[in-house]
Amino acid sequence: MTEPTSKVIPGSGGATPAGALPDPIPVTPPRSHWRDVWDQFKRHKGALLGGIIFMLIVLAVFLGPFFWSIDAGYIDIRARNQGPSLAHPFGTDQLGRDTMARMMAGGQTSVAVGITAMALALVLGSFVGLIAGYFRKLDGPLMRLTDLFLALPLLPLLLVMVMLFRGALNQAFGPETGIFILIVGAIGLTSWMPTARIVRGDVLALKEREFVLAARSIGTTNTKMIIRHILPNVMSPIMVSATLGIANAIITESALSFLGLGFPPDFPTWGRLLFDAVDYLQQYPERVIWPGVAISLTVLSVNYLGDGLRDALDPRIRGR
Amino acid sequence: MLTFTIRRLVLSIPTLLLISLVIFLLLELAPGDPTAAQPLTIPPEVRERLREALGLGEPLHVRFVKWIVQFFWVEPQVLIDHVFGTTFSEGKQRLISWQTRSPIMDIVVQRMPQTLWVVGLSYVVGVLIALPIGILSAYRQYSIFDQIGTFVSMLGFSVPTFFTGVLLIVIFSVHLGWFPSIYDTTLVVNSWDNFLAQLRQMVMPVFVLALFNAAQISRFMRASMLDNLNQDYVRTARAKGLSERVVVLVHVLRNSMMPVVTVIALGVPQVFGGAIITEQVFKVNGIGQLLITAIQANDLPMVQTLTFIFAVLIVLFNLIADVLYGVLDPRIRYD
Repeated sequence: MTEPTSKVIPGSGGATPAGALPDPIPVTPPRSHWRDVWDQFKRHKGALLGGIIFMLIVLAVFLGPFFWSIDAGYIDIRARNQGPSLAHPFGTDQLGRDTMARMMAGGQTSVAVGITAMALALVLGSFVGLIAGYFRKLDGPLMRLTDLFLALPLLPLLLVMVMLFRGALNQAFGPETGIFILIVGAIGLTSWMPTARIVRGDVLALKEREFVLAARSIGTTNTKMIIRHILPNVMSPIMVSATLGIANAIITESALSFLGLGFPPDFPTWGRLLFDAVDYLQQYPERVIWPGVAISLTVLSVNYLGDGLRDALDPRIRGR
Repeated sequence: MLTFTIRRLVLSIPTLLLISLVIFLLLELAPGDPTAAQPLTIPPEVRERLREALGLGEPLHVRFVKWIVQFFWVEPQVLIDHVFGTTFSEGKQRLISWQTRSPIMDIVVQRMPQTLWVVGLSYVVGVLIALPIGILSAYRQYSIFDQIGTFVSMLGFSVPTFFTGVLLIVIFSVHLGWFPSIYDTTLVVNSWDNFLAQLRQMVMPVFVLALFNAAQISRFMRASMLDNLNQDYVRTARAKGLSERVVVLVHVLRNSMMPVVTVIALGVPQVFGGAIITEQVFKVNGIGQLLITAIQANDLPMVQTLTFIFAVLIVLFNLIADVLYGVLDPRIRYD
């Protein structure tokens, strides 16, 4: 685990009187790039903790239902509005549904929306950034498009999109899948721009490097060039964007649900649970806390993860 | 500089036109029919007349041009008439809301003060909190203060405003009863008591938004200060015997403020967007709440106009940020 970094045999420097310095022979194999990154990442305590907490939340939300067998939609009207107890550790809601089960079900949706929307935004953003940076002719139009998207008022437009397409998608895919596609699509379509800009900047710099010239001189086609040579080198900013994208998507989804324009009422997400709990704020204030803490903790841990990842992937900072 | 500003101003016109077209086309897909609320017994030809009266009978491009004319030509005339008492706009069709059948701009003007008070004040408070925190945590990097400051700003950045708002309501309205949870817009401030009541109801929304803004700005301030603290000119300033106060607060601060000022300018329109949620939490009937109710009521002209106003704000503040950067940083020459 904590092996000293690449130990070398000290070339018997003082003994050999003349000649070129003998190359020290490394005894340990060369360290891979990702090993360096991991070592740097480990030193950022907040990031490590953030990563662990995020993993725990994801595990709890997806594996929890196997251990906690109460169904999220099971209505037990006689056990309604209960506080925390052994049978219901988080209490029950106004219909007697178990809050813990609902938190897990809600978390599944929220995390799934966050990851899918992030993936969509990432694919879109990386694609636009790669193409704009690599092909000079497309750079102008694509970047103007990015600027145009950045100038759009995103939250109002998201609300409008949800209002407009909800009905159509509900009919096509059913109420739950429809709204899932809608929200993931809407968030993805409105959050790809920062990734595109960062990737484009990196690609522009990479294009001038020697290895790209070398690859071109042996006749590498554009597609191969992007996939083999450019894309692996812009993975670091893309990964950082990915973590920040998850946080952003989770917040946006909960905000939409909170404004009543997200998932349908019987389909829990953390934002929806918070929205429902606000109605009972006076009587049962603790009900607001669970989903709120869940959202905040997830976003906080993901943000810390992103922070550490950015530091670890930045070769200028690494080793300090 | 002036030519740059003028060029950017001219360039922002096609941008805004394009944005308005995008919003218009998006709303064009709306399935809702504004006459759906009328009884089914209305004969079809009357229904058609109703639609025409709402301005719906005509083809797409005609309606778009009409909207543009109303927004950019008629509404400014109304404003001029209102200010100078002239009669330019007499007899001209204004932008009408489907919900209330009254001019949209009148409603916007009614709602604007609440938003400006809460949002504007919270942004000012946020900036005022963020700058000292950013400066101090950069100056004492890795100290306890820095650790706490960085953590709190990360927290403020990560915890969504709808949760901080609700949390504050739980603590300060439900448990302690110090502040009202609902913002009362009918309150008229004309005495000391009213003023105190107004202050009390503004504390929580302002604090929620201020925390969120302060978190973002203090991160920028810290990073920017750190960039500058290791520069050669700082060593020079210290070497020639300037006091630490002057070095940090005059030399370093002035240089680190350049990117921060633009970030502050760029953040203003986002604050209006974020205010949509905070207004909903505290029931402030400002612009954001107007947008939400318009969306729920399928009031397309209102949605179109409000969304476009947000877009205008974004474009305008982008422009301001660019110009400010040029003005503040002599190394940047746009010409």
